[in-house]
Parts: sequence; C-alpha cells; structure tokens
Amino acid sequence: MQPKSDLPQGTLDLLILKVVALGPVHGYAIAQRLEQVSRHVVQVPQGSLYPALHRLENRGLLAADWKETETGREAKFYKLTAKGRAQLETETASWERLTQAVALIMKLSEGGAE
Amino acid sequence: MNWWQRLLRRNKMEDQLERELLFHLEQNEKELIAGGIAPAEARRRARMSLGGPEQVKEECRDARGTRWLEDAWQDFNYALRTLRQRPGFAAIALMTLALGIGATTVMFTLVNGVLLKPLPFSEPKKLVAVHGQSAQWNVESFGKQNVAYLDYLDCVRSSKSLELAGVLFDSGTVSEPGEPEYAEVREISSNLFSVLQVSLLRGRAFLPEEDHAGGPPVAILGYGFWQRHFASNEEAIGSSIALDLKRFTVVGVVPRGFRLYGGDADVYTPLGQDTAPYLQNRAVHPVHVLGRLRTGRTLAEAQAELGLIGKQLAEEFKDTNGGRTLVAEQLLPETGNVRSTLRLLLGAVTLVLLIACANVASLLLARAVSRERELAMRVALGATRGRLVRQCLTESMVLGLSGGTLGVFLAAGAIQPFVAYWPGALPRAQEVQLDWHVLLFAAAISILGSLLFGVAPAFRASFSEPEKALRAGTRGIAGGTRRLHSAFVVAEITLALVLLVSAGILGRTLLRLSALDPGVNVHNVLVARMALSPATLAAPAKTRAAWKDVLERASRVPGVESVATVDTFPMREGDNEQAYWTSADMPPENKMPFALLTSVSPDYLRVMGIPLRRGRFFNEKDTLDSPPVIVIDEVLARTAFGAQDPIGRRLWIPEMGYGGNVFEIVGVVRHVRHWGLAGDDQAKIRAQIYYPFLQLPDGFMHRWSQLMSIAVRTKIQPLGVLASLRGALKGAASDQVLYDVRTMEQLASDSLAEQRFLLLLFGIFAAVALAMACIGIYGVLAYLTGQRVPEIGIRMALGASRHRVMWMVLRQSLGMILAGVALGSGASWAAGQVMLKTVEGTQPTEPSTFVLTVPILIAAALLASFLPARRAGRVDPVIALRQE
Repeated sequence: MQPKSDLPQGTLDLLILKVVALGPVHGYAIAQRLEQVSRHVVQVPQGSLYPALHRLENRGLLAADWKETETGREAKFYKLTAKGRAQLETETASWERLTQAVALIMKLSEGGAE
Repeated sequence: MNWWQRLLRRNKMEDQLERELLFHLEQNEKELIAGGIAPAEARRRARMSLGGPEQVKEECRDARGTRWLEDAWQDFNYALRTLRQRPGFAAIALMTLALGIGATTVMFTLVNGVLLKPLPFSEPKKLVAVHGQSAQWNVESFGKQNVAYLDYLDCVRSSKSLELAGVLFDSGTVSEPGEPEYAEVREISSNLFSVLQVSLLRGRAFLPEEDHAGGPPVAILGYGFWQRHFASNEEAIGSSIALDLKRFTVVGVVPRGFRLYGGDADVYTPLGQDTAPYLQNRAVHPVHVLGRLRTGRTLAEAQAELGLIGKQLAEEFKDTNGGRTLVAEQLLPETGNVRSTLRLLLGAVTLVLLIACANVASLLLARAVSRERELAMRVALGATRGRLVRQCLTESMVLGLSGGTLGVFLAAGAIQPFVAYWPGALPRAQEVQLDWHVLLFAAAISILGSLLFGVAPAFRASFSEPEKALRAGTRGIAGGTRRLHSAFVVAEITLALVLLVSAGILGRTLLRLSALDPGVNVHNVLVARMALSPATLAAPAKTRAAWKDVLERASRVPGVESVATVDTFPMREGDNEQAYWTSADMPPENKMPFALLTSVSPDYLRVMGIPLRRGRFFNEKDTLDSPPVIVIDEVLARTAFGAQDPIGRRLWIPEMGYGGNVFEIVGVVRHVRHWGLAGDDQAKIRAQIYYPFLQLPDGFMHRWSQLMSIAVRTKIQPLGVLASLRGALKGAASDQVLYDVRTMEQLASDSLAEQRFLLLLFGIFAAVALAMACIGIYGVLAYLTGQRVPEIGIRMALGASRHRVMWMVLRQSLGMILAGVALGSGASWAAGQVMLKTVEGTQPTEPSTFVLTVPILIAAALLASFLPARRAGRVDPVIALRQE
C-alpha cells in the first residue's frame, strides 16, 4: 500500500457535502464512502470527521435526524439542506477553478524546466 | 436550533454525541470482525482509527459554537462554590461593594431625577422658553427677564414657528369653600395645557373665548387644592370658589404632580381676563412665556423669528422696548443651585466606590496569590491563559454583580428618606425615582467595578509561571505582588484622607458659621406671612386701616412684646433689589450699585433686635405728608459715604416710584445677614435700605399688602402665641390668614441646613472610607505577614525579639500609610478648592484641618495593622521552621 497523503486544508467540508448530497447517510457510512471513493489515496482522519459534521450542522448546511438503519439500529443520518446545496455548488465551482489554475501553473513550470 | 436551544438541550446533545460515536465504533468493529479479525483486535483497531473519544467529543463541542457560554456557566458555578467556601471573605467583599454601589446609586438617582431627566411633558425638546434680553437687565441677580404682556400678545400674533402660551404669577386668598387659605394663583393663557400637551384630570381647559377681558370667571384647580377643599370630589367641577371675594366657576382640575416653573399652584385663572393697568405697560415684564415648536419648525427658526419680532418692537416702542431683544431657548427644568451640591456629593460617593473597589481588589489579590498552586495546576492540565483570566474575571463579575444587586436594594430603601432629609426642598423631588436609567447605571458601575478590582488578580494569576509556583509551594511570594498590594492600600488611604479632610473642612465651616452673628436677635421672634381680608384690599384707605388694626390687635395678644409688619425677611426667600445713587447724576442702571429694600413699620427694629448705630428709626410721624425718609445699614453707609456721616444725605432710587425717587437718610442700623449665615459674606448685593410702609402711596397698597408679613417678638416661646395671634387677627369676616409660620431661630438654623447636611454626609462617607481602608490594611497585612511566617521563624531563631518582629510588620504598614497620607494631602488640597467653589461659607483649607484629621487616619490604620503585627510577634520559630 502506497503512503497516503493528508487532505488539503478545507477540503474535508467539501467532500462531506458531496457525499451527503447523494442522500441521507450516517457518519460511519460517510467515513466509509470517503475512504472508498478516494481509493485509499487520501487519509481521512476519522477523528476529525465528527467535529466537521457538527460544524456543518451548526452552520445550517446539514440537517440531522435519528433514523433506523437497515440492521435496525438507531443512527444519526445527515442530509443536505437547501443552504448546503447552494454552498456545495459554489464550493465545487471554486474548487474546479482552483484545480484548473493549479494544473495550468504546474504545466507552465514543467514547460519552463524543459 | 438556536444557540440558546443548543445550550438548553445540552444534556440531550451530550447523550446524542455519545450514541453517535458509539454507533461508529460498533459498525467499524462489526465490519472488521466480518473481515476475519479477532473481536479484541477489531475493537482496538476501531478505537485507534477514530482517535481518543474524549478529544473527538471536545472538538464536537467546540463545533457547537456555544462553548463560551458553557464555559461561562461553568466559571459561574465555580465562582459561587469558591465564594461559599470562604463566607467571611465573601461577606466583607459583598458588604463593601453593596455600600459603595448603593451610595453611588442613590446619588445618581438624584442626579438623574433632578438634572438629567427632561421635563415631564411629551416631546420636551420642542418646548421653548421666551425671554427678554437687554443691556440694562442684570441677569446674574434677577435671572432671565420675562416678557411684557403686550409684547407677549404681539409674539403670539406674529410667530409662525411657535405656539406660545403665557403664565403670570399671582396670589390671593380663597375664602370659600372651607377655611380661608392663601393661594398660589397662576393666570394662564387658554392654550397652556394644549401647548404642554397635558390633559386635565377632571373637566376641561379654558376656552379661547374665556381668555379675554370680560369673559366668564372660570378657574382650574391644582390637585392639592382640590384635595384639601373638595376632598377630591367630582362635584368640584361646576361649583364655585371665592378668590379674593370674586366668584369663579371651577371647570377643571390639573393632574396630580403637574408642576410648571418648579412649583405647585393652587388655582389657575384665564390670563386674558386680567385688566390690571400694569399689564398694559411694556416696561413691566411679568409674563413667563413658553411655547411649542410647530411641526417641522426648528429652534433656530424660532430664535431667528423672535429676534426679528423683538427688533420690530424695539423700533416701534422706542421708550419701553429700545435695546431689548427677545430670545428663545429650550425650556429646561428649574433646578436652582443644587447642581453643584449634587456634583460634589456624586464625586464623594465615587471616592467611596473607588475605595470599595480597591478594598475588594486587595482582598481578591490576597486570595489569588494563595490560590497560585491551584491556578498553576490548571495551567499544567492545559488551561490557556485567556481561560484563566476569564475564570478570574467571572469570579469578580459574580462578586460585583451580586454586590451591585444588594447595593440597588440598599439604594431603593434609602432614596426616599434621603430626599426627605435634603435641606430645604429638593427641586424636582417628585422625579427622583429608581428607573431603568438608574438600574443601567448601577449595572454599569458594578461591571466597571468588577473589571477594576478583578483585572489585577486575574492577570496576576495568568502570568505566574506554573512550574515555579508548583515547585515553590505556598512559600513563594514575589516582590511584585507585595508592591501591588501596597499600591491598593496606598490608594485606599489616599481616597479616605480626601474624604476625611473634606469632612474636616465642612466641620470647621459649620463651626465658624454657627458662631456668626446673624445681625438680628433671633430668639423669641415669630414671623408669618399675612393675607388681609380681600375686602380690605379693595380701597387703599381700608388697607391702611386694616394694617393699623392688625398691629394694634397683635400687640394686645398675651405674650407678645412688640409687633411689626415687613415685606421681606432676612434668611427667607424673597427680596426687593434696587439700584441707588448718591446724586441726581445717575449712570445707566446696570452700572449702579444695588441694595436690598425692605418696607417696615416703626417697631421693626425693636422686634428684630437690630441695633441703631446713628440717627433715628421711623416713627408714627413719617407719613404720606412728611418728607420721604429711609434708613440704611452700615454696609451701605460704608460703600456709599465712606467715613462721612450719612445722616441728612440723600439717595436717589430711580425705580422706587414715589417721593420723587429721592430719599433722605435719617438713620444707620447694623447690617443684617439677609442671605443667611453662610451666604451673606459672599452675596452680590448686601447693602440694605429700610423705608416706612406708612409713606407708601395708595397705588402701592394692594401689591405690598399681598407680600406682607408680620414679625412678633414674644415674652414666651414664640410658637406659644400662634393660636391666640391667629384668633386675634382673623378679621371681622374671619377671612384673614397667617401662613408660612416660622421662628427666626428656625430660619437662622435653616440657613445652615445645607452645610449641616453636607457635613453629615461627608462624615458618614469619611467613616465608611476609614473603616474600609482599615479592613483593607488589615487584610493585606494579615496576608503578607502570613506569607512571611517562615522568614519570621528564621529571624526569631537567629535571635530577633518579638518587638523587633512586630516593628518590622508595623514599619511595612507605616510605609504604606505615609505614602497614602502624602498623596492624599495633595488630593485633599484639591478637594478643598472644589469645596471653596461649591459650598457657601467655606474658607481656604487651613493646615490645622490636616493636623486634626491626618492623625485620626494614621491611628486607625496603625490599629488595623496591630493585629497582624501581634500575630507575627507570636510566631513560634520551632513550628514555623518545621513547616518548611
């Protein structure tokens, strides 16, 4: 297994919003999903997941409900609020702009090195 | 959820957080087991990947955003616990603060009610007062000039920006219904109440058609008058009263507490119905004019407009209005001269409050130092500096706000008695109430005070070095703390000394003033204002006869030695000030000297016991047919004639209005302290002129009789003759009344009431300050000495005697005391200068005041230091060293 890199600052919130956007989901499932999707490349510290969830809930981007899971256990399910959806869109857009810009710069400097 | 909902559901949220994390762990564990990992190992891995559960929880709590409040709540509870652990400390601190904040709150309530509150009418900022202004008018001695009636009418007609109303002061005797009573009358324009936007309690205001000559005689009653004469009966409306023998139909009653120009009136009548000739004279200015700005108009517009009207009047009526302008300004409450007294007292209570804060600060500091280990432990366990400062400040806030709450309760109980005890009548006393302004003020000073006494201990706590404190145990005491402690004690002593010296200055002032001779023999003299029967006022001849009759009847009353009539009294409100000159070649009136004029009957000197210095006093032969004469006092004799003999000289008194305004001086009498024992020396107008009532022409009889008083010298206790005097003077129709009855002794004593009152308060403040400073010194020394027990043990083991040890402690205290005295002496001198300006009769601070007060302070402070010193002297070296 390749060594995992740390998540860039501030992207955890975006990733959580993205995952929750797919439908109501509990904390553990979010952690699972993040790990699967990032294909074990990115290290998502589980310990910082919950504070992030609470912070997002506190800001009104996420709403939470206690519901039963398929196995009949009570769990806290998070879903996106309208405000959260809007935030996700703006953040996705700005993320894309940023990555494009970074990619461009990387290419430039490669070109310069040649 | 709002932050407060989150806060309220704190337990539920904690529970949910726990369950959420547990669910995560269990799911993870289950999956790992399903993947073939042994249960114990699965649990370990699940826990590893989540991290420490308590840390995660803490972070989640932080994410809630209510952290600060939860901490505050925790700190609050902690503060309550620590205070409860040391009930003695808590009691002293709370009491100190309650006293300081309570006293300050009482004074602020007064300042707020008397000086800060606007007039109790709606939109008071739109109310405007109109005054006359001219170079001839001496505002300093007479106050603002009112307006001539005709000028007032012209203003009403011309002003577009103001709706103007007029008020004329008058008085009379109401003979029906009930007992005859002297009444304060206000003649008012019909729109007065609508201008003020006051609705009457009963009935209606005057109608415009009632507000002109020949209108139906109608009256509105004052609330108090309605209570006294109609027992608050509804039927008063429509019934009639007899005012100076004229029948008026009552149409309304003003609401309770309605006051204009500071006073309570008994009866209101329409101003327009008054046909007195003087109202037609533009040179006489009796009307108080006020107005309300019309919608959309500003004060500046009104000022410009009135200025213009005044200028037009000055051009049109050169003789009477030349050089006079009209000015408009915001109508403000009348507060007399209490402003400076209130400020002085507010300053004094602020000192008391500061002492209280310094006291609590030094107590807290002592405690903070003894809690050093606890605080160091907290730092070691991860508390941040900010967190510690917050915790300490929360403690002092709890202390400050509880002390403030107690203080407000104290103040609530003390305000009314305090107002009642105020010397004379406190202006606007009815406005002095504990309202939200006052509560806000109390809260503000509590919080400010908390910061003041909490900051030093809080920062002291946070900047100590934890590992040093932990290692050193309770023994370490930095020099910095000692200096800080000393600073508080020095501050307390400084402030206490200021109050002590101030009390000393006041005490000396009072002693000096009490010993002054008022210039009259105040023993066994009864004075009362007297209203003749209204019937006798109709004709001057009848009036003269009535006064003659009054003098004769009064002199026959058993116990009466002599009796006189007089218009104005020494040491009592009311005077007649006029310009005089010693030749016919007079400068403009505002350049001329002024004197106090008193119209008297011949026996006045005998009644008042005023010694005659030269010439003669008046007698029965000074009548309308004889040359007009006056008697002057020594002050006037000295200022006008110097060493020359004034007898036979003449004075020109241009506004006198009879005898060609030229009067021959027939006698010189001793100066009388008209302005009271305290005020007379500094009064602007001191010279006195007496003139015989008998020489007044007919035109004066009515007005002078309204102002007249009688003075009676008695052989027995003066109030003892009052009943029989009243009986003898009630007149044929039983409608003559004596009112405002006083003895001259009361008047003389009242003239020092303010000084006595201030002395009492400053005495109390100084005593409280002294007590607090002593508690402060005791606390600090006891603490510092306690810290030095091991050191003392070593000293004693090395051979220091008990006395030497005690002296060591006392010397430390003496150092603080002397520093405080040095600083305090300077501050006291400044306080003395303030007193000199504010309190009548004060003289520059004498060194003897310090000589008398400083030892008191030093003795008390040393006494407070003695207990800790003795304890230090009793230290057993063996035990002290074993503690090491």
